[in-house]
Amino acid sequence: MRLLTHNMLSSNIKGVANGFPLRIEVEKVVEKKVDLNADFLRNIFPKIEWKAFAEAARTLGYAELPEDADSSFLDSDDFLDKFHHALLELHLEEGALICPETGRRFPVNKGIPNMLLHEDEV
Amino acid sequence: MSFKMAQISLVSRHREVYEPCDDSFALVDALLADRNNLLEHHPTLCMEVGCGSGYIITSLALMLGQKAAGVHYIATDVNPHAVRVTNETLEAHGVHAELLATDIASGLEMRLAGLVDVMVVNPPYVPTPQDEVGREGIASAWAGGENGRRVIDKILPIADNLLSDKGWLYMVMLTANNPSEICLQMREKGYAARIVIQRSTEEESLHVIKFWREFNTQSRSKEMMTANKTVPARVMQESLVSQFPKSDIFSHGS
Repeated sequence: MRLLTHNMLSSNIKGVANGFPLRIEVEKVVEKKVDLNADFLRNIFPKIEWKAFAEAARTLGYAELPEDADSSFLDSDDFLDKFHHALLELHLEEGALICPETGRRFPVNKGIPNMLLHEDEV
Repeated sequence: MSFKMAQISLVSRHREVYEPCDDSFALVDALLADRNNLLEHHPTLCMEVGCGSGYIITSLALMLGQKAAGVHYIATDVNPHAVRVTNETLEAHGVHAELLATDIASGLEMRLAGLVDVMVVNPPYVPTPQDEVGREGIASAWAGGENGRRVIDKILPIADNLLSDKGWLYMVMLTANNPSEICLQMREKGYAARIVIQRSTEEESLHVIKFWREFNTQSRSKEMMTANKTVPARVMQESLVSQFPKSDIFSHGS
């Protein structure tokens, strides 16, 4: 699971008012390099919840992102490299995502989160 | 040698996961037929709901290219075996998609709203008794309840929420699902539609339908022409309902 995906996930449990962001429990992080695409980064940047993203990156062991960022930062190659790395190259392979309200664990195995709910949670 | 679609020999298998079949091939053929439009469309995020073996999402990733294209892929399935199998299929072809075991797009609906540029769905469309819908395992790949519409009708409003302004939805359906009714319902939500592929046997027809948003009447023709360069303008003017053979309307009208 990339942090891009984490930034797009929120708790789907019935009755939860604020299920974003999910907390991350880390067991195994893997780095997989991919080519940087500046257009993609510029397109996706406005959709990213930055604070949640920077915090998630720190949880995965990457502390190089600034606390805050605005679109002017996209002019910097250094920033693009860090943004790219944290967004797309860090994968949570094993661990869990935790609902911030209920504490419910959504396991992550082989990089795949399981968001399937039990009947009473729907 | 680069492949534009997934290779059957590299598609992973599991007894509880739907193997690629005629409907899967039809959807991939439809995407291939529309490949030039898709490339010119420059999608940022592409999503498959119900990835099964991974045949379709893998083919989509291969045909659009991953390296410099800046396209990202997400796929979901309610069957956790399917998501694992899809992972293996993607890996065997050297492509990547973010995967989620979830019911349609549950968990993504809030944050991903309005961000999906291309969505592809080969839904469980087979008419079955209602109690077969929502069962675990491989039955979730086909059981569609009354008129095979139960899951399709759940997916469509979710797709409408997730699709971007320029979003395109490709969906497989049978004549039994009453495609003209689906198209009219989508029209009310502001979508135009056309059949990209139709494959018929004596008993049934499989349709791959493409939906896209159309805005006000003045920009409509231009929007349609841009979205679908290969289709002549006069087809756009035809009523949606007239695209389906008359026999379908008479036999499934009530």
